[in-house]
This record gives sequence, C-alpha cells and structure tokens, in this order.
Amino acid sequence: MNIHEYQGKALLKQYGVVVPEGKVAFTVDEAVAAAEELGTKVVVVKAQIHAGGRGKAGGVKVAKSLDEVRAYAGEILGKVLVTHQTGPEGKEVKRLLIEQGCDIKKEYYIGAVLDRGTGRVVIMASEEGGTEIEEVAEHSPEKIFKEIVDPAVGLQVFQARKLAYAINIPTELVNKAVKFMISLYTAFVEKDCSIAEINPLVVTGDGEVMALDAKLNFDSNALYRHKDIVALRDLEEEDAKEIEASKYDLSYIALDGNIGCMVNGAGLAMATMDIIKYYGGDPANFLDVGGGATKEKVTEAFKIILSDENVKGIFVNIFGGIMRCDVIADGVISAAKEIGLDRPLVVRLEGTNVDLGKKMLNESGLNIVAADSMSDGAQKIVALVK
Amino acid sequence: MSILVNKDTKVITQGITGATGLFHAKGALDYGTQMVGGVTPGKGGTNVDITLENGSTVSLPVFNTVEQAVKATGATASVIYVPPAFAADSILEAVDAGLDLVICITEGIPVLDMVKVKRYMEGSKTTLIGPNCPGVITPDECKIGIMPGYIHTKGHVGVVSRSGTLTYEAVHQLTTRGIGQSSAVGIGGDPVKGSEFIDILSRFNDDPDTYAVIMIGEIGGTAEEEAAEWVKANMKKPVVGFIGGATAPPGKRMGHAGAIISGGKGTAAEKIATLEACGIKVAPTPSDMGSTLVSVLEEQGLLEKCKTVAK
Repeated sequence: MNIHEYQGKALLKQYGVVVPEGKVAFTVDEAVAAAEELGTKVVVVKAQIHAGGRGKAGGVKVAKSLDEVRAYAGEILGKVLVTHQTGPEGKEVKRLLIEQGCDIKKEYYIGAVLDRGTGRVVIMASEEGGTEIEEVAEHSPEKIFKEIVDPAVGLQVFQARKLAYAINIPTELVNKAVKFMISLYTAFVEKDCSIAEINPLVVTGDGEVMALDAKLNFDSNALYRHKDIVALRDLEEEDAKEIEASKYDLSYIALDGNIGCMVNGAGLAMATMDIIKYYGGDPANFLDVGGGATKEKVTEAFKIILSDENVKGIFVNIFGGIMRCDVIADGVISAAKEIGLDRPLVVRLEGTNVDLGKKMLNESGLNIVAADSMSDGAQKIVALVK
Repeated sequence: MSILVNKDTKVITQGITGATGLFHAKGALDYGTQMVGGVTPGKGGTNVDITLENGSTVSLPVFNTVEQAVKATGATASVIYVPPAFAADSILEAVDAGLDLVICITEGIPVLDMVKVKRYMEGSKTTLIGPNCPGVITPDECKIGIMPGYIHTKGHVGVVSRSGTLTYEAVHQLTTRGIGQSSAVGIGGDPVKGSEFIDILSRFNDDPDTYAVIMIGEIGGTAEEEAAEWVKANMKKPVVGFIGGATAPPGKRMGHAGAIISGGKGTAAEKIATLEACGIKVAPTPSDMGSTLVSVLEEQGLLEKCKTVAK
C-alpha cells in the first residue's frame, strides 16, 4: 500500500526524521492559509499523487509570495499529471503539500528496501540525490553504497556512519545523518514498510539533514497490525475495480487489453495473461480467485470483469485442486444469468470434479465455448474477440 | 528414492483443529501419508477423529506444543496451516523442536516476520519449505500440502515451482504424457522464504531416482537467474523451465507477494534469457511445459527411462 508524501513525512517525523514544516491543502484557499501560517519567505507547492516524477511534469512549484501560492495552487489542483510512473492517462491532483522552502546545499539519496537475496533489510545510500536510483544503478553503480542489516540487532551506528562517510556527508553533519538513518530504519521495521525512500535527502545551509521527499510503501500482509497506516489509504489513487475486488478478497489488477481473465492461483493467472499475449491477444486484467473461492466470489469476480468496458471476451482458466470445478461452473452460470452474458466466454476446466463442471456448463443453455487445454482456450478467445 | 519426503516420513499438522488444517490432514491420510498427530495450543490431550474416504476412521492425538508432539509421535516433519499473524511463531516453534522438515502453507505472513525467521534458522538443521506454497509430494508415498494428489504418478521427473497451480499444470501435463514424478516441490510465492530453487535442485541432483527436472519461476527477484547459473555449473541432469509474468506490468504485485518487477529488475525476459544462456530450455507457453520436457528427454535418450504408465 502506498501513501502520500505529506503522510509519509508526518509518519517519519514521529520517529525523529527531520522534515520541512508543511501542511496539506485540498483547495486554493487552504493552500494560501497554509502558506500564511508557515510564514516563510519561500514556500513550495507540491502536487500529492501516488507517483514519482512530479517535478518534471509541472507538479512542484516554488512560490515567493502568497499571490504566487494562490496562482500555483490554482494551476496544479485539478491538473492531470503525466509522469513516467502514472502511465499515459496520468493522475489528477486533488491534494497539495504546502511546505517551507529550504536552503539546499546538496542532495543525496537514502533508501531502505528488502533484499530478497539475503532475506534482510538493506540501507542504500548515494551521493547522486534527486536522480532516480534505478538510473544511478544503471549508469554509475559504484556510487551506490549498501549496508545489510542483521534483524537480530537492527541497523548499527557504525553501519550508518560508514554510509554517511561513503556518500561524503559533510563531517560536521555525519552524526545527524546517522541519526536520520537509524530513525528511518526504525520506522521501516516498526511500520512494516516494503520501501522507504528519501530522494532527495538534503543538507541545508543552516546545517540540517532533512528529508525533502518521502516515498513509503507498506507490506500489505502486515496491514492487519497497523490500523493507523490503513487509515491513510487514499482510495482515489486506486483503480475502482481493484478496490471492489479487494472487498471480496480477490486479487485483481487492471490492464489495458480486451480479454478478461478469471483464473485460480497467482502463477496460473500470470501465465494465462502470457499465453493470451503469445497467441496475439491482449489481457484486460490479472485476476486470481484464490484457492477457496465460493460461488459468490466467482460471481463477484465475473461482475468486476464485465464492468470493464474494454472487455470484449472472457477466458476462464481453472485448474481445480482445492477449488472444485463444479463450484466454478456454478459461479460462472449464476453470474452469467444474473448479469446477462453479452460477450464471448471460453472456459477451460481441469482438476477435481472436472466432468461434473463441464456437464453443468453444457446444460446451462449459455453460449459457452469449452476448451481442452490452456493453449486451446487462449487461441479460441483470441479468435473470438478479433 | 525421492527428495524431502517418502513413505516413512512421519508428519504432524500445526493448526490441526482449524478447518483448513483438518481438511488437509484428511487429504494427506487419504493419500497414505503417515500423519501422526497435530498441535493446537489449548487443545492438548484431545483427539481429532477423521473419517477417511475408504470408510475407516483415524484418531489423531492433539498436543499443546510441537515439542510434546515430537516426543510422543516421533514425527520428523510438520506442516503449518496457522493463520498469517501466528504462522511465523509456529515455524520458529517447529525449528526449535528440531524437526528435519517444516512446510508452511500459510499465505500472507508479513515479510519482516519471515526476515526474522530466516535469521533464527541460520545454523539449524531444519529445512523450511514455503511459506505461501502448496507443499511437497512424493507420488504414491507421501503428500504434505494442498495439492490434488490424484494428478500425480510415481516416476523420475522432479518438479520445483514458485506457483501452486502451475505446479499442478506441469504435473498434469507430465502424467497425461505417461511421465511420472519423483517429487514435486512448491517453494512458494513470497519474497523471503525457507528454500530457494538451488536448495531443491541440488537435492534432485543428488537423488538417483530423478532423471530430469522442471523448474517453474516467475517475475520478481533473481532466484531463477542464480539457479540457472548453478545448474550450468553443477547439474548433472537436464532441466527445463518456464517463467510466468512476461506480460505483467512493472511495479504491480501480481497476486504473490514476491511477484513484482521493481526498479526494472526481475522481468521475465531477463530470466528467460539467463535460463537459455545456461542451457535450460524454456517452454514458450505454460501449455508447453510437458512437451518441452519430452523433447529434451528425447534428445538425451532419457524418454524411455522416464515413461511410466499414462493415466
């Protein structure tokens, strides 16, 4: 789960990470009031969307007067920002962060991520702040320094100090940078983050080590123990169909093709998308109905797929293990009858109670095309939507 | 021969009194697995009576702790069906009790819990499979997990996979082609897990009854690439592969917690290229896993040796 920059900064502040003073604003008037309250000569007006690259897209402006704040807030609020992370359709800005300007001496990068290879949290640091870390990794990997954290003892002061020296933090500020990193690591672990990225971390003219941006991402498996984080979820930043799916514990991801997919198991669901593409089609979604799906769950899954106007046909691909084929058939039939099936449907069933499931589909009176294998089904649905 | 489990493996179920634990304990017993007991704190001293498909009833003792269960039953393996919030603790308890093998089926364990589990397990003798996996099966001998047993046939091809349903798909494609399996292992879809591809490949390499292996990977991380390099350097048997997620968009978690392309790393294209460079033939579609293996067995003159009776 993602949260906004202003929320991330507020959270990190609780752990002792230094951040600029700032306030969230939903309207132009709120933005001006926030700037007035901050009272600094320069304030920054920052678009709050769940995507990076806002600056380049015109979503971050430096204002030197309240009039400028008003002008910039009016310009950015409601604007659709297209960045490399939003996709071509972009994202509409509905919130702003009004923040005190600061005297930046130099920008750095600090990030905490999970390293799958070692199964541990890794702190990464670089002198190349402000640039995306992936770009740095590609062009000058020698400028990225890493410390692997032993979960038994946590991030140690000497490790943070090594990183601070490696990225040439001014000597007199090394202790502040160390405190910054330890605080960031503590927040990461206590709040079950999956990514905590500060880009840029800045050193200011008045000797502060500060997070100028904050990107926090949380492990959705751990949200049950963080009600405070769940409360920060911004549903407007998420796909409506994905939200609907999550209510029924369905794993759904919207894509931009025209063949709706309903599959059991994440691996098979991914492979189903792949095989559709292999035969020249375009999947409209990833959808895993899970191992213990009920008739109701299958019906809801169907409704979600059909609510996507781009969907020209549906491919149901089930390998029933725990999931019985007759349960799937029952769900498909009742959903099709309830919603009215107006698009081609190809069903491939295999596994437990497969014969019963096939019989139910055949006798349903619905226009369902049966497939013998995954490739047979994929080829049939691709032909039907052409 | 086989890997990890066989007809002599004695198993306990952690979380046996829950609906899922009970359902799959029955499935294991129906298959012929030596399920010898269960653990549910607070229910120690009771028994669960399970009526099998053949009409007979098995009464399994329930214990409060894994340690007690191991002492009383002589179990060497455990399977965990405990809810995600408590599953990491269950793994640690099983490791502490000195079991050889712990298989954690539970999906949804917080990643940082698994980071601690992995640290705790350093230097222990326990092998952990999972979490978020279908389990391990040695056909006709022992089934520990949630896979449908009847699709398997005893034989000589090893299967190792990050995905449950793709494992079934591969096994089914083998069985219907008359090719049996030595063991099938689901290592799970989480980013931090007990066993990686290399751990399982190395066991298949050492198993005289395994003649070839299917390895099924997916987007996210670099475990497939590391495994491919390992295969190139060490594997004495042919390996074929499949990688799921060629069409997955970057930055999105595709169902499995570990199936995510982050920072441009972990794409299917990268993995497929590395596998092929290391001599692993990759099936072009998930429907071709079985046929790809057959073609490799033919090339290497192993097909007849791997043929069992088609179901």
